[in-house]
Amino acid sequence: MTSSMLFNATTIAYMVSMVVFFAFLATKNKTIGLTGSLLAYVGFAAQTVAIALRWKESYALGYGHAPLSNLYESVVFFSWTIILIYMFIELKYKYRIVGAFVVPFAFLGMSWAQLGMQSGIEPLVPALQSNWLLYHVITCFLGYAAFAVACGISIMYLIKAKSEESGGGSAGGLMSMFPPIRVLDDLNYRAIMIGFPLLTLGIITGAAWANYAWGTYWSWDPKETWSLIVWFVYAAFLHARFTRGWVGKRAAWLSIIGFAATIFCYLGVNLFLSGLHSYGSSKM
Amino acid sequence: MATTDRSFVQSLWDFFCSLKLTISLLISLALTSIIGTVLPQGKLPPEYVASISATKLQIYSKLGLFDMYHSVWFIALLYVFSLNLVCCSIKRLPHVFKFISEPTLVLGESMRKGFSLKQELSFSASLDKGREALAEFLGKEFAAPVVTEQDGEYHLFAQKSAWCRLGVYVVHLSILVIFVGAIIGSLFGYKGFAAIVEGSSVTSIQAHNGAEIPLGFGLRCEKFSVSFYDSGAPKEFKSILTVLENGQPVKGLTNVRVVVNEPLTYKGFTFYQSSYGQATESSDHTFTVKNRSGAVVDHVTLREGQGTTLKDGTAFKLLETTADVRQFMPNFSGPAARVEITPKGKQAQTFIVFKDFPDANAQRGDELQFVYEGSNAKMYTGLQVAKDPGVWVVWLGCALMVVGLYIAFFMSHKRVWIVVSKGYARMYGNASKNQAAFQMQFEELSDKLKNLKI
Repeated sequence: MTSSMLFNATTIAYMVSMVVFFAFLATKNKTIGLTGSLLAYVGFAAQTVAIALRWKESYALGYGHAPLSNLYESVVFFSWTIILIYMFIELKYKYRIVGAFVVPFAFLGMSWAQLGMQSGIEPLVPALQSNWLLYHVITCFLGYAAFAVACGISIMYLIKAKSEESGGGSAGGLMSMFPPIRVLDDLNYRAIMIGFPLLTLGIITGAAWANYAWGTYWSWDPKETWSLIVWFVYAAFLHARFTRGWVGKRAAWLSIIGFAATIFCYLGVNLFLSGLHSYGSSKM
Repeated sequence: MATTDRSFVQSLWDFFCSLKLTISLLISLALTSIIGTVLPQGKLPPEYVASISATKLQIYSKLGLFDMYHSVWFIALLYVFSLNLVCCSIKRLPHVFKFISEPTLVLGESMRKGFSLKQELSFSASLDKGREALAEFLGKEFAAPVVTEQDGEYHLFAQKSAWCRLGVYVVHLSILVIFVGAIIGSLFGYKGFAAIVEGSSVTSIQAHNGAEIPLGFGLRCEKFSVSFYDSGAPKEFKSILTVLENGQPVKGLTNVRVVVNEPLTYKGFTFYQSSYGQATESSDHTFTVKNRSGAVVDHVTLREGQGTTLKDGTAFKLLETTADVRQFMPNFSGPAARVEITPKGKQAQTFIVFKDFPDANAQRGDELQFVYEGSNAKMYTGLQVAKDPGVWVVWLGCALMVVGLYIAFFMSHKRVWIVVSKGYARMYGNASKNQAAFQMQFEELSDKLKNLKI
């Protein structure tokens, strides 16, 4: 068995999980909901093994590095962390339906990686040959994933709030399966509460690494700047929430804007802007 | 007049204390920061200058948009942000300290209504007995209480981790500490560059602002080399460096290997592998000539374009050389030379000989085989040099921030009161954060309270 077969299995598991979750939304059948969750867990297990295998395969090729070194590997890891944070929230707060709004992000990531990207294992360029790679990437992506989950929850919030405004909420329809909006609002905050310290750690480990490798802990490179922009947005979210009572819709919108900035920081910077993170150039 | 002055100062103070300002600043910083990620920063590439109109170029540079993170207005935003942080903290800290040092020991009737977590207990013993038993209970199960008597009732108050209300101020302080570290670095630190040719040494570096900074010691580059993966991607850029004091190698800092991600630090200066290149061009190239049994029959040293005749009459001409053949022949790497060999009375043949691939060399030539020994051309290593005395202050700030965030987000100030009246007691509790987790703890406490025999 190779990691790439398992990654394909993962993608399929997430796709089926997503479809089953949509069926769960339509039927409200508890067994279907459970199936959706289990499928996501199976996909997660396969993906975990696949990542470990890919790591091992890189040793067999003589490169020997953690599978976190290029866009393909990072998107795969991002999907993995999204499901990890989702599992944490589901097991802790018992709202299975959140999966219908979170698993699609993971599926989107996996299918993009599997269908649209070069998946070959490449050796590490000199700039990435450091243990900081592991600490930096893991903290950043756990943070990103928490923001992805917060974004999914915020979308649920806005849907539910809209249906309640138009008076369709209490009839026992689809909306009855959504957690109460108060709970959604709280979950949004809790996910950001996980993500913000992780993003902070990610920025700090990145700065420490930059200082160690280049002698500058901060050089206003587009990636650094965008991570700071994301940090500002969520800092604004927290201050607005704690001290000015920004809850509900406004908090949900800020969370969605924050995740849009996160995605730009992660992908947009690499695709549209150039800088220290565009690996593969001749820069050391 | 005095009142207007006073109200002006007051409103200025209020302005800098306001959280509206904080949120506006965070959002302004986020939005303006985008500019510098879209427009080129620092030295503008000529293609960019050609692509925009002169007026635009002038306006942008006037606004400092091409070095926006160091522009007056962006730095001013950061100063206002710091001022806002300081003012907010000065305004709120005394209240928080008061809250911690002078907790609400007595729970009045009206306050009791506001609690969602409460538990009652009836007991038959005397009021004093009840107070003693409950104080002991709280001390054992939660935290040692403060007992206050009021209106014939005893108020027992106990709290845990009151100081965690300071967490958010630790985060605010950490931001200021990081700024201080950055300012120290910009005032007393250097960023520069040193290019050292193999075999030579430098005693000063070129700062980014053009100034020459003496190191106070010497740094010699013994050798520079690049290695590649089979795929052609670079594997390692390596400089071998020696630190010199008064021209003599320093013990323990001789022939130090410096690669990307493994810098060399000496006397506050840190040297980072950053670039490289060939320092000298026109130079001598050496070849060894062997016969088919492997015995060396000749050595040849000559320059590109030169030719010579070997002992056996074979004409040898060096056409061209390269320091790294990979760009022309992806399967090979390292120095290589293209030579023209004309054995006596035969046709001339042209082929490439390598420094690092003797097997490939053996397949060329007829009676003779040629090995390229390399040239005396020298490489130089490019080193980023940094001296930043503020960097430890920055790390201290980062550590404070992580600790502060942990306290602010994941720890909560928990308080429990027991009001003891004659014949019964009522327990109340609340937490500053994570009410759900505290509820479980309170319910556990309630169960134990209910089973208490007084």
